[in-house]
Amino acid sequence: MANDPRAPDIGRKYWRKTSQLMCVVLVFWAGLGLGVPLLANRLNEIVLFGFPLGFFMAAQGSLIGFVILIFWYARRQNRIDEDFHLAED
Amino acid sequence: MLKGDFNQNMGRVFVIYLGGCLFCATGLGLASWAGVSDRVIGIAFILLTVAFYASMGFLGRTAPLANDDVAGQHMPPLYNGMATAADWMSVASFLGLAGAIYAAGYDGLAFLLGWTGGYVLVAVLLAPYLRKFGHFTIPDFLSARYGGGIARIVGTVILISASFSYVVAQLYGTGIIAARFLGIDFRAAVFVGLAGILLCSIKGGMRALIWTQVAQYIVVIAAYLLPVVILSTKLTGIPLPQIMYGQALERIGALAGQLGTTSDLLVPSGITDGVNFFGVALCLMLGTASLPHVLSRFFTTPSVREARISVAWSLLFIFVLYSAAPAYAVFAKLEILQQVADHSLTADTAWLSQWSRIGLAAVSGDGGPLSLSQLHIDPDALVLATPEIAGMPFVVAALVAAGALAAAMSSADGLLLSIGKAISHDVYFRLLAPNSDPRRHLSIARLTMVAAAILAAWVAASRPAGIVTVVGWAFSLAASGLFSALVLGVWWKRATDHGAVAGMIAGWTVCLAYIVLTQVGAIPPLLGVRNIAAGLFGIPVAFMTTLLVSLVTPPPSQDMQDFIDSIRTPRGKVRSLP
Repeated sequence: MANDPRAPDIGRKYWRKTSQLMCVVLVFWAGLGLGVPLLANRLNEIVLFGFPLGFFMAAQGSLIGFVILIFWYARRQNRIDEDFHLAED
Repeated sequence: MLKGDFNQNMGRVFVIYLGGCLFCATGLGLASWAGVSDRVIGIAFILLTVAFYASMGFLGRTAPLANDDVAGQHMPPLYNGMATAADWMSVASFLGLAGAIYAAGYDGLAFLLGWTGGYVLVAVLLAPYLRKFGHFTIPDFLSARYGGGIARIVGTVILISASFSYVVAQLYGTGIIAARFLGIDFRAAVFVGLAGILLCSIKGGMRALIWTQVAQYIVVIAAYLLPVVILSTKLTGIPLPQIMYGQALERIGALAGQLGTTSDLLVPSGITDGVNFFGVALCLMLGTASLPHVLSRFFTTPSVREARISVAWSLLFIFVLYSAAPAYAVFAKLEILQQVADHSLTADTAWLSQWSRIGLAAVSGDGGPLSLSQLHIDPDALVLATPEIAGMPFVVAALVAAGALAAAMSSADGLLLSIGKAISHDVYFRLLAPNSDPRRHLSIARLTMVAAAILAAWVAASRPAGIVTVVGWAFSLAASGLFSALVLGVWWKRATDHGAVAGMIAGWTVCLAYIVLTQVGAIPPLLGVRNIAAGLFGIPVAFMTTLLVSLVTPPPSQDMQDFIDSIRTPRGKVRSLP
């Protein structure tokens, strides 16, 4: 890769894609971690199976969201690696 | 005694560990049924747990110590995730979480969000890049990225301060367990806990057998879930606590109305405490992404790809316990409210007098049935007391205590190990005596571990604050000192040596000063921020300092830029630095 004249360009594009994905993930992270509690009172007005939604989201919903978010991120980032042929051998 | 790779030993370790635990639990269950007294059962559970861990350490002694660093490289991501989760679940998760939710209601959920949301930051911002870098410790990375000695020393000091504070919380937790179940004074109990932990970790501990972590995870989860499942069945008829506690929430609302209090579980306590809610959540998230015993797990996965997926598995396994914590708190609250409403609680109730003895419950009044305002249960005692409160067989309570003890010992073990490694590897080997004998490192590491553990026990015995608060300090310190340097080190090429070092020092100093000054009462809390969220001041100071100082100092060299590029891309070698 070091001898490839296009390498710096590929590297830059790869990093731009990676940074975009990072930003998207962090937006979801902030929404689940900080946005959900901000809306707690509003969400508590909705009750599902005995759970006021605001409580349920902070107690379990956001946590499930985080788990899914990381699995999704890992898949997307792996695909980016492969698209740029920068995945490990 | 145990050699070979992960897969060869997996079965054997599983049988030894799980079989041993099951055997002990059944044996003591039978003994209890045959009429052996509760006190003896309690003592037997505690001693067996410690003896068990000590013998695991002995068993692992023949495995070379280097295993601790490289064993992760043979582990599939799923198991690595489980082991990380086992390491992660300390007394803060086991005793602290449910207690905080019980005591603070909705506000206690900040701990749940903080300790899980942090893994998103680990996965996206750090784990893959630190894995590509591929060395052993965080100071190794800081030293490579920020030009050597000073960055390494500053990073090491910050790591030790955060790990130390975390160990204090573990010892406080073991003190509570030993005091209650051995029937001794709290101060003495802390030192008994210390003896147990040292006995297990001094020989390289159970972590020399990294595979036991997987079995440890199962034991801890089982001990935690057992009482919640029983409670759920008892109170709702269905053994699915994570789903059924919605019903309990409704009944608490009705009962609270009947008892003339408001149900404080559901509603965030207003905008003044909003600062603390978001402050705590944020400090814990950023701290998670800066603490050595979490990050170092991802230094050693087989590949960058597996580092990413390992983080996801870790969080999934942690979620299993964390999703049960609010259920634990809610069912316990319902049970207690119910008993108060039935007038069946008096100051003479056995569990209340037991916990009052060690100062973790308090009752006032004249000996008649207690009202809600006359009853105080310390949040740190809740998880351990719940089986007794709900009238379960004493064996269940002892089992929960054994699980909590296991969680405390493995976390304390891991943290002490990282303190020992920081001194022997990062300071002694890298800075003072690069050509010294590896055996010497080992003895220095052990000496440091013992010294740190004794000092931590001494601090814990003085009861500085509750478990979650002390752990909160650890996370605030780590987040203020290290987060900016680690993240900007990967994501901002312009961050310079001077900038990062100044940022680390400034952030950490501000955070530590705020904790100490508010704790001794020298200054009132600024803007109402409790010192558990001290990182709310330290983190921005660290970022601003790093930013400003970096911009006024010359940019990093071309070699450094290439080095950063090389850790950003999974393919290829890490560029060596001159």
